Amino acid sequence: MTAPTTLYDKIWDAHLVENAADGTALLYIDRHLVHEVTSPQAFEGLRLAGRTVRCPEKTIAVPDHNVPTTEGREKGIENEESRIQVDELDKNARDFGIHYYPVSDIRQGIVHIIGPEQGWTLPGMTIVCGDSHTATHGAFGALAHGIGTSEVEHVLATQTLIQRKAKNMKVEISGKLPPWVTAKDITLSVIGATGTAGGTGHVIEYCGEAIRELSMEGRMTVCNMAIEGGARAGLIAPDEKTFAYVKGRPHAPKGAAWEAAMAWWKTLKSDDGAHWDKVVTIRAEDIAPVVTWGTSPEDVLPITADVPDPASFPGGKAGAAKRSLDYMGLKPGMKLTDIAIDAVFIGSCTNGRIEDLRAAAGVLRGRRLAPGVRGMVVPGSGLVRAQAEEEGLAQVFLDAGFEWRLAGCSMCLGMNPDQLAPGERCAATSNRNFEGRMGRGGRTHLMSPVMAAAAGVTGRLTDIRELMTAPADA
Amino acid sequence: MDKFTQLTGIAAPMPLVNIDTDMIIPKQYLKTIKRTGLGIHLFDEMRYTLDGAETPDFILNQPAYREAEILIAGDNFGCGSSREHAPWALLDFGIRCVISTSFADIFYNNCFKNGILPVVLPQEAVDILMDDASKGANARISVDLETQTVTSSDGQVFEFEVDPFKKHCLMNGLDDIGLTLEKVSAIDAFEATAQTRFPWA
Ligand code: SF4
Repeated sequence: MTAPTTLYDKIWDAHLVENAADGTALLYIDRHLVHEVTSPQAFEGLRLAGRTVRCPEKTIAVPDHNVPTTEGREKGIENEESRIQVDELDKNARDFGIHYYPVSDIRQGIVHIIGPEQGWTLPGMTIVCGDSHTATHGAFGALAHGIGTSEVEHVLATQTLIQRKAKNMKVEISGKLPPWVTAKDITLSVIGATGTAGGTGHVIEYCGEAIRELSMEGRMTVCNMAIEGGARAGLIAPDEKTFAYVKGRPHAPKGAAWEAAMAWWKTLKSDDGAHWDKVVTIRAEDIAPVVTWGTSPEDVLPITADVPDPASFPGGKAGAAKRSLDYMGLKPGMKLTDIAIDAVFIGSCTNGRIEDLRAAAGVLRGRRLAPGVRGMVVPGSGLVRAQAEEEGLAQVFLDAGFEWRLAGCSMCLGMNPDQLAPGERCAATSNRNFEGRMGRGGRTHLMSPVMAAAAGVTGRLTDIRELMTAPADA
Repeated sequence: MDKFTQLTGIAAPMPLVNIDTDMIIPKQYLKTIKRTGLGIHLFDEMRYTLDGAETPDFILNQPAYREAEILIAGDNFGCGSSREHAPWALLDFGIRCVISTSFADIFYNNCFKNGILPVVLPQEAVDILMDDASKGANARISVDLETQTVTSSDGQVFEFEVDPFKKHCLMNGLDDIGLTLEKVSAIDAFEATAQTRFPWA
């Protein structure tokens, strides 16, 4: 009898090309996603060494970080450096014959959104990208993580990665989520409980009733932020919802290949009695709609709480908390719901999928942005954008006073012109609230799409549950 | 990648802890498509004022340290993002070795892929080397990867640990890709099996 193993163990074992005695392993990579910021030097390296891309058919490229989200961008990007970076990706994709979605293609979007959308992301695969939020794809039961540029070059040339195996960590969310509590609240609450280094050295498998109940979009939101919890990868075992999402996607297997794939995919779960190096259990009933108050994703509290006092933090963390509050322009003891905002950003690989737009639009229907608040919706892909237009969601956002943008990373990291001004405060559905992340001096509060929409309506951080029980005034 | 075997050079003391990758190279320089040319932006915000003038007291702007090849730094060097632009900027400036009590994981790995040797030593050793480096350009520190030792200007020797595989690659200037390509038949064999096991992948 073989020893019980985890889902991570199974995917790892199925991709081992070689395992050296010192624990250094060569892991086969099924899908390599590429974007414009972390890849130019890797392609240059290939050229200099006279190497080629080993498996162009398993390599998928898309520009997303630098691209403007305004109309006319396919005619060329104004910022010279951004334009060169995107042009370079165009050229590399062409020269090496890899799959490519240019900005003129409706399928273009954030790399972690289009992978699943196009059916490149499948259960049981190994997936890498020169981007830490590759963890997103773990929602399909794929082992997916970010890599550095030298590793990008290594994967391009060899379709493998030199790795050491991580430890197994289980995060169980038991029971049912209360109303208005979403996948984003789960993933932020886990980081709040375990800290930004809680998952360091581990691959996290999320399980439990509340995770099973989530849609695929929600599961992607949860896995997306595994990296903010310190883990390189997050995983969720595939089930009927996963298979239903994947089926019929352009690059998903068909016919007999589908049946063969299903036979393996159904075995992709952790065995009873498998060994876990770390286990964290959280009751879904205990999770509230949350927001971040500081400059680290672990600075998270229920919306009903007050801004904490740095003095209440242990040892070295007090200084960091004080620095955070200074940067964020907040005073200890003030109610989170008294924090006024200047901007709302709905988008990113965390919450830029159709379900996220539906949720936000559901709150905004018949409501408007508070005076003085600017709002921006950036769909995660051209297809999400088209679907939202078809469903009438775009009109809801426009009627509410939001800007309706083209797909890309946008304000999530502010490498394109979409940035916060110094001191501007934003309710954001993205994943990082670091100093300067959305623009120098900008202040970011992370939250779910419904919470961001609610904040936009009232002009301050808001408990979605209160807003939705109050009568809507159009 | 350049080999790293032995180096004797000027060491710049940077006693700050948690020097992160944003300090090493801020995000506006990630738009480059080259690995080279980042040296002038190394430690950009500490090194230059807002109008682009050099900050005279920053260590690498001081005459004694402009040619530094070694950095002696505080704990947790290289924390933050995975940007390989950080080691690229160090290398482009001329830094081939960083000595600290600890490094962030990804940065540590990225160094080896770029011909830079990160050396982990205990606090007492780093303190001694920091003092030594503070003496200026005449205090040359030696680093020997073969014997895994660092020698201060007055002859004190400190031994350090390094992963044998990483050492081998660095000493011979081997890039991982070249090594992995030597195993191409194993990869071919894996692909052949996968073709029957996972034909859809
Ligand atoms: S949306 Fe933000 S977090 Fe996601 S890939 Fe783009 S920049 Fe990174």
